[in-house]
Amino acid sequence: MDKFLRYAKVTLLAAFLVTTPVFAAGGGAKLASANIDPDNVNSLQRGAANFMNYCSGCHSARYVRYKTIGKDLDLSEEMLVNNLMFNAEKTFETIQASMPAADAARWYGTAPPDLSLMARARGADYIYNFLKGFYVDKESPTGVDNLVLAGTSMPNVLWELQGYQTAHFDRHDNADGSVTTTFEGFEQIAAGTMDSEDFDEFVRDTVNFLAYMAEPVRGFRVDLGKWVIIYLIFFLLIARMLKKQIWKDVK
Amino acid sequence: MARIEAEVGKPQGGFMKWIDDRFPFTSTMKYHATEYYASKNFNVWYVFGVLAFVVLFIQLFTGIFLTMNYKPSAAEAFASVEYIMRDVEWGWLIRYMHSTGASFFFIIVYLHMFRAMLYGSYKKPRELIWIIGMLIFLVLMAEAFAGYLLPWGQMSYWGAQVIISLFGAIPWVGDALVEIIRGDYSISDITLNRFFALHVIALPLALIGLVFVHIVALHEVGSNNPDGIEIKNNKGPDGVPLDGVAFHPYHTSKDLVAIIIFLMIFCSVVFFAPDMGGYFLEHANFEPANLTATPEHIAPVWYFTPFYAILRAVPDKLWGFILFGLSVLLPLFLPWLDRSRVKSIRYRGWIYKSALSTFVVTFLVLGWLGTMPAEPVYVLIARVFSVIYFAFFILMPYYTTIDKTKPVPERVVYHG
Repeated sequence: MDKFLRYAKVTLLAAFLVTTPVFAAGGGAKLASANIDPDNVNSLQRGAANFMNYCSGCHSARYVRYKTIGKDLDLSEEMLVNNLMFNAEKTFETIQASMPAADAARWYGTAPPDLSLMARARGADYIYNFLKGFYVDKESPTGVDNLVLAGTSMPNVLWELQGYQTAHFDRHDNADGSVTTTFEGFEQIAAGTMDSEDFDEFVRDTVNFLAYMAEPVRGFRVDLGKWVIIYLIFFLLIARMLKKQIWKDVK
Repeated sequence: MARIEAEVGKPQGGFMKWIDDRFPFTSTMKYHATEYYASKNFNVWYVFGVLAFVVLFIQLFTGIFLTMNYKPSAAEAFASVEYIMRDVEWGWLIRYMHSTGASFFFIIVYLHMFRAMLYGSYKKPRELIWIIGMLIFLVLMAEAFAGYLLPWGQMSYWGAQVIISLFGAIPWVGDALVEIIRGDYSISDITLNRFFALHVIALPLALIGLVFVHIVALHEVGSNNPDGIEIKNNKGPDGVPLDGVAFHPYHTSKDLVAIIIFLMIFCSVVFFAPDMGGYFLEHANFEPANLTATPEHIAPVWYFTPFYAILRAVPDKLWGFILFGLSVLLPLFLPWLDRSRVKSIRYRGWIYKSALSTFVVTFLVLGWLGTMPAEPVYVLIARVFSVIYFAFFILMPYYTTIDKTKPVPERVVYHG
């Protein structure tokens, strides 16, 4: 029963995801909401750990400094050094990938993109659906393809946690001879170390951290903005009184 | 010292007298502020001139600080913008103010121009003010276009690629012209450098010069008003227009209220939605310029989209370019296209009212279409609305002549 529910959820989500893989590659796909909470520091801390463990081997975040992460996510220098800084010495350094970009380009055909701004360029929902969108494809060199970005050269680095899923497609022959492919849903064929809810949380935390990295100042910006508006309201009241005073004799 | 005092005598009238003997300070202040009379019945449409001035100031001020940290080179530009956003103290605020300011500049200028169309502010004797204003608008477009290349993102690069290549449609000289603009065979480091020079020196200088001339011309003939009545025709015994109040302190105190309300809206965007859902800062521009990967959907920033929609609506490249240019330049001729005997919409007939309303809708629809991909159905709609856009101007001499106008009162309508 539990398993059935989980499948039902995945299917529902998948039904939400996209209509056709072609369309998905075109970026016009309907994406499920990542539903991230940028004010949840615990989620961001977990996301930072996920990022360092699963992403930073290949992907850099070359505009993001460890120090900034520590300040914004309430992490001490010691915690940064012990838990997050695998290939950096000083906290002012930026996040560099362990794998040399030139080698990566040779091995994968393209160097893994820098992730500093990925959440702003593609949106948090896109990354969330991308990370959950890998399915088994025996013809692909990596063994998987992706529903959101068809033909991606990125392997499913989260397979251990997620397990393996296949994707079901429906092909319709149209009257004009063209073919429409409809995505019907994923099917879990091998279990991972996490159940689907835990994996969902894992991806969500990671995406939350990616969104944070894209604009670390966001939280401060919104907080400061409220005070600026309050100040302007106060200023407006005074200016309005001044205007009334000056105009009182104009008839 | 002693000899000069002996010749001129003991200074009288204090510090201001000393200044005024050497520089026309007090007389200038009187002429342009304390004794510049503008109608007392200005409504909300009359705040956009002063707001445009405020935004110009914001852009110049923030621009100076951005220039201190920005690197105009293809290799470093994108990273230097991120450096400003992350590492420069308050750099994010300065940058968001500048990027938001660019969009607000156009919102305000469009509303300012619409005000002129509402109340016939371009009509005699204010034709030159309108023409200078249109020149400001053209320079502003060039300024915004040059500035948009500087962050060196994907949309900066490919947007510039598309727009600059338009000039290639001009017969004979097109290709050479495109090369001169780019300074290279494609958009490159060289293009970025010259656009930087244009954006921070040449065009702002032109802009400030034109704004100065715009105001000088305005203060020579005096401001129009929502009734389209010349307040100088009704002067009191002291020579002051009966319906006028001094720019300072009356209009300045009113403008201050408007400026604060504007700042509230402006700051809401800066602090709470600086991307404006991808319209003020396009998503694709957060990826560095990539010469080998064309984005699937290239759209200019929203303020160019009405004209861009017209460009795409025309199947022929050269005619597309001509009509695109014409759509930008046609408003320049409004003072002579409009044959109505009255200025203000308050005293015009239903024909002009309908025409202007249709024009507003047309402009907005074209703006929306310009952001959409060029699918056949959108192109078709764009063609229909392009025709309406041109018809508004071309048929204007006709429909403003036959439009029934109402009698214009002697004095402005003011309810206190």
